[in-house]
Amino acid sequence: MIAAIRKLVVQVDEIRIEMGRPVEPPTRRAVAMAVIDNPFAGRYSDSLESLSTIGEELGQLLGARCVAALGIRPDQAQSYGKAAIVGEAGELEHAAAILHPKMGSTLRREVSSGAALVPSAKKIGGLGTAIDVPLGHKDAAFVRSHFDAIEARVSDAPRANEIVVAIAVTDSGRPLARVGGLQVHEIKGEDGLR
Amino acid sequence: MIDIRRILTHTEEVLHEFGPPPTVPLRRGAAAAVVRNPYAGQFVANIAPLMDELKPLGLELAHRLLVTLRCEPKAIQGYGKAAIVGAAGELEHGALWHAPGGYAMREALGWKDEATGGPRGQTGNALAIVPSTKKVGAPGTAIDVPLTHVNASYVRSHLDAIEVRVPGAPAADEVVYILAMSCGPRIHERLGGLRAEQIDRWDGQK
Repeated sequence: MIAAIRKLVVQVDEIRIEMGRPVEPPTRRAVAMAVIDNPFAGRYSDSLESLSTIGEELGQLLGARCVAALGIRPDQAQSYGKAAIVGEAGELEHAAAILHPKMGSTLRREVSSGAALVPSAKKIGGLGTAIDVPLGHKDAAFVRSHFDAIEARVSDAPRANEIVVAIAVTDSGRPLARVGGLQVHEIKGEDGLR
Repeated sequence: MIDIRRILTHTEEVLHEFGPPPTVPLRRGAAAAVVRNPYAGQFVANIAPLMDELKPLGLELAHRLLVTLRCEPKAIQGYGKAAIVGAAGELEHGALWHAPGGYAMREALGWKDEATGGPRGQTGNALAIVPSTKKVGAPGTAIDVPLTHVNASYVRSHLDAIEVRVPGAPAADEVVYILAMSCGPRIHERLGGLRAEQIDRWDGQK
């Protein structure tokens, strides 16, 4: 692994009751975060390829951590998302290099499929900065019940020369979802959208 | 009865903090339950009965945390607890957690087990008081949960804290009750003092 990891954080958020009503089965969302060195902190580089390789590694590692934390089979994962917080000695493009070229392919292997775009967010931040990781259904981006987000935050990261990389995986949609739109049972699964 | 609305588990694996990485990364974590506060919005004189009702929650959080950390009870080296009370509650509602949270976690770690003939007359496990913090806070408020060694509060290498926060909780009529555990000392601890292997009084302190 070429990613220099200082710390890994994994959270599972299980909602059993919402607005006084039982959520059955409970919704469960996992988010796994890695705090890594930014190899390009403090300098401009035309090529960011090594960050893309790091993204490929972390797609596998953090995807697997989420699935393990949920205690599910990979095919039971329903939605996913990704995000990065770049410390202040880096630039937004460093987050893009991690998230976009290669991370999706390894993440999709960990959740056994994924025709849909992996929704993402990125920002520059300091220690304890929170980022809302967007979530979308892995097979059909238009499934409305699964549009959601989960906060990712590491209290002591990113330092200026670090990056926090987060992947979120769920086995469910929003609690008490009831605003219509495309439903899970209507997924055709051909184009990643519907 | 206690209605558990939501449970958040949090685990950290610390590989280093810019010093020499230990052979085994430090693992630590917390489990937080969001429950409805039955006393929200009013002063209730006799709230003590809720402590008994919170006991099963303490045990559930302790066992869930052990599973999350993938850790045997005897391998847990540090612990702590905390509560964040929503805005329609009072600090005393957080204090309800002292007995059920602390004793449940100690029980899960073997406090009530027979003396096992451990090193130098060890009389049990989880002998130390469970350190705690509490506050009244808004949704998403963070709290620093203190951690100390499970068998002797004065073990310096294990004096630590872990930040815990549940996005969106507590609502005004909720309380977040938290247990935290650590599988080791601070990542690059090097400040001397009483060492874990020097515990000899087994009085929970030294």
